Amino acid sequence: MELNNFNQALYRRRQRANAIGLGLSMGAMGLGLAVLLWILGVLFYNGVSALDWNLFTQSTPAPGSEGGGLANAIVGSLMMLGFSVLVSTPVGILAGIYLAEYGDQSKTASVTRFVTDIMLSAPSIVLGLFVYAIAVAPFGGFSGWAGSLALSLIAVPVVVRTTENMLRLVPGSLREAAFALGAPRWKVSLMVTLKAARSGVVTGLLLAIARISGETAPLLFTALNNQFFSTSMDKPLSNLPVVIFQFAMSPYDNWVRLAWGGALLITLAVLTLNIVARVFFRDSTKQ
Amino acid sequence: MNSSTSTEAQSGRNAIEVRNLSFYYGAYKGLRNIHLDIPEGKVTAFIGPSGCGKSTLLRTLNRMYSLYPGQRAEGEILLYGQNILDPKQDLNLLRARVGMVFQKPTPFPMSIYDNIAFGVKLYENLSRSDMDDRVEWALTKAALWSEVKDKLNQSGLSLSGGQQQRLCIARSVAVKPQVLLLDEPTSALDPISTAKVEELVHELKTDYTIAIVTHNMQQAARCSDYTAYMYLGELMEVGETKELFFKPKRTETEDYITGRFG
Repeated sequence: MELNNFNQALYRRRQRANAIGLGLSMGAMGLGLAVLLWILGVLFYNGVSALDWNLFTQSTPAPGSEGGGLANAIVGSLMMLGFSVLVSTPVGILAGIYLAEYGDQSKTASVTRFVTDIMLSAPSIVLGLFVYAIAVAPFGGFSGWAGSLALSLIAVPVVVRTTENMLRLVPGSLREAAFALGAPRWKVSLMVTLKAARSGVVTGLLLAIARISGETAPLLFTALNNQFFSTSMDKPLSNLPVVIFQFAMSPYDNWVRLAWGGALLITLAVLTLNIVARVFFRDSTKQ
Repeated sequence: MNSSTSTEAQSGRNAIEVRNLSFYYGAYKGLRNIHLDIPEGKVTAFIGPSGCGKSTLLRTLNRMYSLYPGQRAEGEILLYGQNILDPKQDLNLLRARVGMVFQKPTPFPMSIYDNIAFGVKLYENLSRSDMDDRVEWALTKAALWSEVKDKLNQSGLSLSGGQQQRLCIARSVAVKPQVLLLDEPTSALDPISTAKVEELVHELKTDYTIAIVTHNMQQAARCSDYTAYMYLGELMEVGETKELFFKPKRTETEDYITGRFG
């Protein structure tokens, strides 16, 4: 009977602690979710009216003129994103493979890892300024190339880190099995471990794209903006983040409306990328 | 059980001769002055309590340990007379000659067909039809062909545990090594799969020299010709399986196999 009483007290205390812990974490989750929904709500409320066909077919309007769309900004953003992905995918994945498969103990690897970590946390405005100094100022003008370069500098460390982490999750026994057949290290890395980690690596890539698609600061210094439709990477190139930045604070109603539309567009794109990344990762880890 | 008389054993060649081998994990000495012959075309089993060095010894035979800095071996391991501990030894070629199957099944994340073809492609340039033949041959050897012949394009990960292990054996057999090392190949398998793998070991020894590590003494008694008993990094006793199990020379061996310790 004594023992029974003691147990009940302990049990009640645990239940209480459980209720408090659960309450706190539910509260935190609710807060986070509420803020997210609030942001989405405001974006939809203000931006949905701008979402029409013109948004995708017309270019940004001149001051004072009516209507207009974001066609030039959308195309410019996609081009710069495309080139950044083209550069940062091979560089990031190869560097990640080096860190996980080759440079376990080496000095080069630990230095690379350290630099990558710094790059990961470097403010994007600093990277923008850096690209301005090396790729804009000396060549006498803003350009899409410079914008792509700045975005790549942000994307590469993300890809490097996720690739390395995902490769490290591959069990050592799988590597040993491949080595035991007489496979050279590069083949083990590319054909066995990278394959085993591919869903994680692709997820990392998608998240890196999501990360750079909303970056504004580095583009202000590099691609700047272009009021007209242009696909020339040598010249200033229009892009969504900078257009949003300029239009949102303008006195023209149609500009402000376009800024909200652009913001909603980016958010939806990033949201889609994140969802695709999650679904992709979940589906391929099941098999 | 296949019995081999001592005259046969004396006349047969040794695939591997281990001479005065010591092994270090950093400063810790994992193996002490091992002398051992592994006869060609026979099954040699390694038994002993956990941590006695049997897996360590096996992993020196294909220099698996060389993947890890800090691990090193001293002495000589002669594979058909050639010292594989020589720093100039090409490790990839060595591992193509001395195959290994591990404790846990490790199918590669690719189709059943490609799991087999992966190793073959490393050292041979076969036409599509020759490769098809080789894949069928290896899967037949591993007693898996009839179960997978209609789903060669499915992922190797879709197989059951026992099938995965036989796939791994087929993968090692496919590259036609001279020696096959099996590191507790059945410890993760159910009894039926275990029986299949043991049968396989029996079949395979006509073409390959086999060294098998097992913590299961009955398994060693069932499927090996020679047995080596190891304890604390030392080779205590080695001999024909029958003799070692029925008339062990050392009392330590007797204590272990009769279950008085270990």
